[in-house]
Amino acid sequence: MEINKLTVSSSPHLHSNNTVLRAMLWVLAALTPATLFAVYYYGAYVVVILLSSTAAAVATEALILKLRRKPLRAALDGSAAVTGLLLALNVPASAPWWLVAIGAGVAISIGKQVFGGIGHNPFNPALAARAILVVSWPERMTRWVGPGLVSAATPLAQYRAGVAVPAHADLFLGLRPGSLGEMSVFLLLLGGALLIYLKIIDWKIPASFIGTVALLTWALPTEGQTAFFAGNPLFHVLSGGLVLGAFFMATDWTTSPLTKRGRVVFGFGAGLITAIIRLYGGLPEGVTFAILIMNACTPLIDRYTLGKSFGSTRGAM
Amino acid sequence: MNDIKVLWRGIFDENPTFRLLLGMCPTLAVSIAANQGLGMGLATTAVLVASNILISLLRSVIPDKIRIPCFIVVIATFVTMVDLIMAAFVPALHQVLGIFIPLIVVNCIILQRAEAFASKNTVWRSALDGVGMGIGFTIALLMVSAIREILGSGTLFGLHVLGFWQSFEPMRIMVSPPGAFIVLGLLIGLINSLSMRRV
Amino acid sequence: MGEIVIIFFSAILINNFVLIRFLGICPFLGISQKVETAVGMSLAVIFVMTVASLATWVVQTYVLLPYDLVYLRTIVFILVIAVLVQFVEMVIQKSSPTLYQALGVYLPLITTNCAVLGVTILNLNEAYNLLQALAHGFAAAVGFGLAIVVFAGIRERLELAEIPEALQGFPIALIIAGLLSISFFGFQGLL
Repeated sequence: MEINKLTVSSSPHLHSNNTVLRAMLWVLAALTPATLFAVYYYGAYVVVILLSSTAAAVATEALILKLRRKPLRAALDGSAAVTGLLLALNVPASAPWWLVAIGAGVAISIGKQVFGGIGHNPFNPALAARAILVVSWPERMTRWVGPGLVSAATPLAQYRAGVAVPAHADLFLGLRPGSLGEMSVFLLLLGGALLIYLKIIDWKIPASFIGTVALLTWALPTEGQTAFFAGNPLFHVLSGGLVLGAFFMATDWTTSPLTKRGRVVFGFGAGLITAIIRLYGGLPEGVTFAILIMNACTPLIDRYTLGKSFGSTRGAM
Repeated sequence: MNDIKVLWRGIFDENPTFRLLLGMCPTLAVSIAANQGLGMGLATTAVLVASNILISLLRSVIPDKIRIPCFIVVIATFVTMVDLIMAAFVPALHQVLGIFIPLIVVNCIILQRAEAFASKNTVWRSALDGVGMGIGFTIALLMVSAIREILGSGTLFGLHVLGFWQSFEPMRIMVSPPGAFIVLGLLIGLINSLSMRRV
Repeated sequence: MGEIVIIFFSAILINNFVLIRFLGICPFLGISQKVETAVGMSLAVIFVMTVASLATWVVQTYVLLPYDLVYLRTIVFILVIAVLVQFVEMVIQKSSPTLYQALGVYLPLITTNCAVLGVTILNLNEAYNLLQALAHGFAAAVGFGLAIVVFAGIRERLELAEIPEALQGFPIALIIAGLLSISFFGFQGLL
């Protein structure tokens, strides 16, 4: 089996640690610029969060594999580390170490291992854990801060409140409060481009996801903006966790559709839900829940977008 | 099967919630706090015992073709009685349990016991079965609600039990719907693995 | 009109009967291994819940209330539902034997589906008028259907997974339901 090019095929994947590890290392590399930016913007404290989450994730995976009497090598295939990192990048800088540690443990155990391990989880583990953290400790998960851990409001929260929001340039570069990984759109795009170039992720998902959000936030009226087609799509694309989510979380192989059409549908659905929650819902940000819901719909999307397979008499459903 | 066995198995080997996997709706819905779980468990047990007894008494009289609707009428009658009694004597609990009191009538446990046991056994044994199953259900409810209440609010039966742990911050998800599903799922899984080990 | 829309979307997304209100769990967990059967069950439930909402509303308004018999609502409602399900079963059996083959075994189970009795009592508690009660019954069933079909999709996918033995069956189903429930949380505060 040629292991040079990573071909994405249907899960369950036949994994050798080689292929998974290689992909995971590239994902970690792609996330590094944005992660370093978080350290730069907020300070060294951030390292505590990153380490706590990653260590807890890998440790939990090792522990569970031991309990299930499986080879421990799988804990070192990098996927637990990536989950840990992604979770850490999704929390505010004010998060205590125990919060992310618990979250990482939950992500690996309930989000992944109870389903049989890599390739089988129906939901993105980092996002499932984040959602659980948001519901468990809502105040902690919305304690947004600026540099020096001074309390600050995120651009989306400011937008909701009708207060002035940072300029597009600031949003693009990342000079605004937010969860650790979502801030620097520029650096995230660099990482995303790398992964697309290496064919580790499929461009269709971020394209349709972000495109749909842009389209809907431009077209739909809201409370403060009752006209149609008069929204601020650039603001919406640049703020919140959209870019982080679209490139690094919605594209997870296991939890997104296999087919090309399916992926476009997935991105569209996620964009639709994100836009609706942002514009009309009770929360300022909807990316986490939008992706989780689309994760749940992925099996059905696959079912109905699978074309006629060669030689079979069953037509497209 | 002797009488003690009839009583005992409802609590362990054939616990309605953990082993027979019945009565999930109330287990998930009214297990936010231990007193809720206890109240619901006792109310359900009352209905279960009463209906088991009556159905057993009438077992030779009820025509087989319409036995299910007959069972339902019997159960619904007792549920209505319990509903009114609770509204009168424990209004706060009645309020909290809300819609799930009348829903006892469709609690699969009661109908299943009527169909599988009470309609085929003597009154005494049916009563024992009802008591055993009811206790088993109540214990299950208590276990789930204790976990949810302690982790989700830091209290048990309203008393602060984690007071010694000053900085404990309750995990709110435990008192929300997702927490209920996950706690029950993990609990059943745990009990499964324990009983697998025993065999 | 706006109120109907609110009732509609609220019952499907914000207060989803299965994932948030915990009604209809038994069929949700028991009849969701295959997408086709989940769809069939949902259609049957949609029909029964809508008609049951209508029937119980009529009984409540013209019989129970005027004669001060509201305390009998539990007995009366469940009987109405049982009769309705029996009737639906007979009609389907006569008119479309193939449909009866596919659905028939699930129909009697709908009587004990807490969602059906639940929605009729909720309609009463909220003092809905006829149109609102119908919208609510229909929407609640659609929400049930949505949840069960998505759930079935996930469960089908997991047939090949190496789930730990102790968790197979109900435990993992409950965990999935929990994760599904939490993903619906994004809709809170939507209206």
